[in-house]
Amino acid sequence: MDFQDRFFRSLFLGASALSALVTVAVLCFMVLLCLPVLKLDFIRHVLTAPWSPGQGQFGILPMMAGTICIAFLSLVISFPISLGCSFFIEILKPKGKGNLLKKLVQFMTAIPTVIYGFVGVFLLVPFIREIFAYGSGMCILSASLMLGLLISPTLILFFSQSFSRVPQSYLNAVDALGGTTWQKLYHVILPHAWKGMLTGIVLAFGRAMGDTLIALMISGNAVVMPSSLLDSARTLTAHIALIFAADFDSMEFKILFISGIVLYMMTSLGILFTRGLDRKGPA
Amino acid sequence: MKKCKRITKLVVLLMMVLLSAGFAFAGDLDVFKGEKQGLKISGGTAHIPVMEEAAKRIMSFNPDIQITIAGGGSGAGIKQVGEGLVNIGNSGRKATDEEIAKYGLVTHMWAIDGVSAVVSPKNKVKSLTKEQLQNIYSGKITQWKDLGGEDRAINMYTRDETSGTREVFWEKGLNKGDISGKANVVASNGAMKSAVANDPYAVGYMSVGYLDESVAPVTLEGVIPSIATVKSGEYKVSRGLYSNTKGEATGIVKKFIDYLSSAEGKKIVVEKGFIPAE
Repeated sequence: MDFQDRFFRSLFLGASALSALVTVAVLCFMVLLCLPVLKLDFIRHVLTAPWSPGQGQFGILPMMAGTICIAFLSLVISFPISLGCSFFIEILKPKGKGNLLKKLVQFMTAIPTVIYGFVGVFLLVPFIREIFAYGSGMCILSASLMLGLLISPTLILFFSQSFSRVPQSYLNAVDALGGTTWQKLYHVILPHAWKGMLTGIVLAFGRAMGDTLIALMISGNAVVMPSSLLDSARTLTAHIALIFAADFDSMEFKILFISGIVLYMMTSLGILFTRGLDRKGPA
Repeated sequence: MKKCKRITKLVVLLMMVLLSAGFAFAGDLDVFKGEKQGLKISGGTAHIPVMEEAAKRIMSFNPDIQITIAGGGSGAGIKQVGEGLVNIGNSGRKATDEEIAKYGLVTHMWAIDGVSAVVSPKNKVKSLTKEQLQNIYSGKITQWKDLGGEDRAINMYTRDETSGTREVFWEKGLNKGDISGKANVVASNGAMKSAVANDPYAVGYMSVGYLDESVAPVTLEGVIPSIATVKSGEYKVSRGLYSNTKGEATGIVKKFIDYLSSAEGKKIVVEKGFIPAE
């Protein structure tokens, strides 16, 4: 028995150590490949110049801005909808409907991104173009709406899970005191479920940040700094996908690794920031 | 008895005719008999319709052969064949001397194609001068109104820097003029077609072989881009379609490339909207 215990303990320890190691190794790998071009004035160049390989300019700031805008906006769009959905599913619990919605959301997690991309190109993009009568419709807003849809199942499922962990006795207490449903949500459920919700937000944010296909298909991929939500923009992930075919020795190809590191750090910062909120709880 | 013999003769004759017809039909495919190898192809997206049709015919003639076809663009095709990741790397531009020297590439041109500027069929503007086209792509002309069209902004679409179609369009269509950073970027000829077909205010460019009724070709300097005008040399924004191999092609790779230039291969090339290379 003791042996079996130790065996499984080391097996699981090994598995977690391995996955942690891989994460670190990926960062080391990218830094190593970047080293030849990682010089101070070059970093400054990458952060200030425009992207124009023909003229020897390899700035990725517009792509960083595109990534942040799209990921953040998709979270902003998705958060209230997901909150409403999970409240509906777990707290209001209308018979039949709630369960059906939950099944539907679970089904949504299985839809491949490329499908969302297709729907975006053929339905959402023309709609946005006509409604605002501006630009091509391939823009930050379209991509964020679609990404918001993509990450909402993650949010909804995590929110529902955390809501269902709020002890029933607390909820009964609110009812007994004559509290409204709103008071129940705001004063009891949200503070109690906040931690679990944050995990969902972190995961969803990472997914929005790392998604390539939706951005590639509907954000337009222009390389200039976007000045409005209706402007075409390129994310770092789409940038990597688009220039991956460049020659190994070319400067464009080396920029791939810098883009990768920047993306890695931006995602890490986002996660650290969200984790930081963990201690404070909801305002 | 005699009658029976005659019928037998007739049947034999008929069978011979049918068989020889079968042979004649499968003639160019015969070389693939007995092959068991796989074949990996990637690169230029203009090539894909021809590649797929050729692969389909070869694989239904001999199911032991597995041919996989991927896009990625000309840059990817050249890089991947050079690195030995695929057997054939397609490109819609001639590989540069550097690329040829570095990877030891051998290039095979099997078709001639044009690159046409395209707009939506709903757009009134269907004819441009080269100067107008340059001004659109450099960002100097931003409104369709200025070209006699609707009062809407022009939505530019372009391809990524590794595209052979972009290279040819930039060199011969825009005379190496600027392509503004504001242009939307799509990753293949197919994506370009669906983008322009869905956007009434779009301007883009793509392989002449990809033209159909969902997009309208733009008459450039009075010449409408089509197979006929590319063939006659009237339409100048043209290029070869290449299949590149690392070193001389051998075995099934050679057979595949030879098949593209065979009588049947040429028929496929014509069917898919290109001009077979002589």
